[in-house]
Amino acid sequence: MQVSNSEITQEMFEHVGKNVSQMEAIARPSLTYWQDAWRRLKQNKVAMLGLIIIILYTILALVGPYMTPYDYRTTNTDEIDQPPSAKHWFGTDTLGRDLWARTWMGARVSLAIGFLSAVLNAFIGVIIGGISGYFGGKVDMIIMRAIDILYAIPYMIIVILMMVVLGQGIMPLVVAMIAVGWLGMARLVRGQILQLKEQEFVLAAKVLGASHSRIIFKHLIPNALGVILVNLTMSVPSAIFTEAFLSFIGLGVVPPQSSWGQLAYYGIQSFRVRPYQLFIPAFFISTTMLSLNLLGDGLRDALDPRLRS
Amino acid sequence: MGRYVLNRLIVSLITAWVLVTIVFFLVRLLPGDPFLSEKITPEIRANMMKYYGLDKPLHIQYVTYLKNLLKGDFGYSLRYKNRTVNEVISQAFPYSADLGIRAVILATTAGIILGIIAALNRNKGWDYLSMFIAIVGVSVPSFVIGPILQYVFATKLNLLPVSQWKSFAHTIMPTFALSLSSLALVARLMRASMLDVVNQDYIKTAKSKGLSPFQIIWKHQIRNAILPVITVLGPVTATLLTGTFVVEQIFAIPGLGKFYVLGIQNLDYSLVLGMTTFYGLFLIAANFVVDIIYGLVDPRIRIAR
Repeated sequence: MQVSNSEITQEMFEHVGKNVSQMEAIARPSLTYWQDAWRRLKQNKVAMLGLIIIILYTILALVGPYMTPYDYRTTNTDEIDQPPSAKHWFGTDTLGRDLWARTWMGARVSLAIGFLSAVLNAFIGVIIGGISGYFGGKVDMIIMRAIDILYAIPYMIIVILMMVVLGQGIMPLVVAMIAVGWLGMARLVRGQILQLKEQEFVLAAKVLGASHSRIIFKHLIPNALGVILVNLTMSVPSAIFTEAFLSFIGLGVVPPQSSWGQLAYYGIQSFRVRPYQLFIPAFFISTTMLSLNLLGDGLRDALDPRLRS
Repeated sequence: MGRYVLNRLIVSLITAWVLVTIVFFLVRLLPGDPFLSEKITPEIRANMMKYYGLDKPLHIQYVTYLKNLLKGDFGYSLRYKNRTVNEVISQAFPYSADLGIRAVILATTAGIILGIIAALNRNKGWDYLSMFIAIVGVSVPSFVIGPILQYVFATKLNLLPVSQWKSFAHTIMPTFALSLSSLALVARLMRASMLDVVNQDYIKTAKSKGLSPFQIIWKHQIRNAILPVITVLGPVTATLLTGTFVVEQIFAIPGLGKFYVLGIQNLDYSLVLGMTTFYGLFLIAANFVVDIIYGLVDPRIRIAR
């Protein structure tokens, strides 16, 4: 049957009504920025491998020393320089101390120094960089000139000087590393804040009467958090390396306490005869640094909103 | 250019002043006042008194300290009564500097060449080789690479001498161990920079003018791509020159690293601080030179500042 346009009548239509609940239903689960980033990170096999290795080492650092009956401090003159065996899984050192226990006690120290100094550096850097970038003008100029000058003094020189004065141990190491370690983060955060503060959502917050601290800590820093997190991840391996470097020139942690850097240092003394004493700590230092770098790369890709489709 | 050099010079001088001021106050914070220790002989104490003017008020001590530094005098040893920091430096620094400079040259030239080759052969064998070196470079520290090289090339294959610093053959392994991480950094930067430049309009123009691929790569691509790499030369130099301390330990090279470790073990604060001050000032000067080179190579830098 042919119907011409003029013949369309109202009876041909049916009122279906409005189902409000269906309209508001969410078809797909909505993802926050962090859920989305996590989803993308999970797809990155290499970065996930890095994350798994770091978690594994952290767990072993916590439980490892209790997996053998030997204490990491107890010397035993009957069992010096034993190669790895069923009894001593990683062998023993020149004083007969069990290297499995020492390796994982050392992991505690190395990882703690790495993460603690990275987090504290990030904390200080975010506050100073945030203030500098947000207020601009004279405050910014003074802070940035000071940072430029401190930045020009080689990092290792400052750390060595601080260690000479503070003495050896874990806390002096962390203090020495955060003395100038925050400079890079402060510069980075300042750059981010300078970009972000010109955007409309900051203007909107200002118009609504938000205070300076609210704008900085609730609006600007959360938006820069991706970049901060990537930088933080990347600075952990360099802190672990710094600790090892200092152990090499005699400024690290003091025996009987152990760290990976210190184990490697003592491993080198007898390395040509007993290579395992060096290769075991060297393996863990290298794989940790590699894993953290891969994880950092993965995080950068996962957190970059420009890659969002 | 003159203004740019002056500007950088002033910044370097302020930096140097901040460094020596920090050192001065750190000396006063030293635990247990080493100048009053019983182990110090009267001669050394007299040396100290004269050198630091310890009986005078703090601001005069500060002026004395600065004057000594300006004369190029870095202080005394607390341990040996006739040894000065200057003697230690003149005896040991040539070795450290030799090793450091070799490493800087190897890291930059080999890094740049590897980066160029990798970028030109993207996703082929050479590129994967450079990626592999980059991964090893970031994750394996010099104090691990050094012993591995010793084990393979000296102990097992007997190709190179195990340690010490006597002939060119002795320098190969320490230089390579020290420079690998910086070499990897430079190669990665150079590769990224080369790939960035390829997409620029002036490369398209050069192609449409009918220039040969060699001319495009040599005259247009590499010249522009090398600029970002020069910016990292300052930090790379600092890393390599301080890195010598560790490599010297491994290869038994009689450089400053040896005296550093000895000084720290002997609690010879004065020697350690003197050497650190010297090293810091040297590196600040090196950074200044790198800044000037960068200004010469890239005119945009000296105008922007």
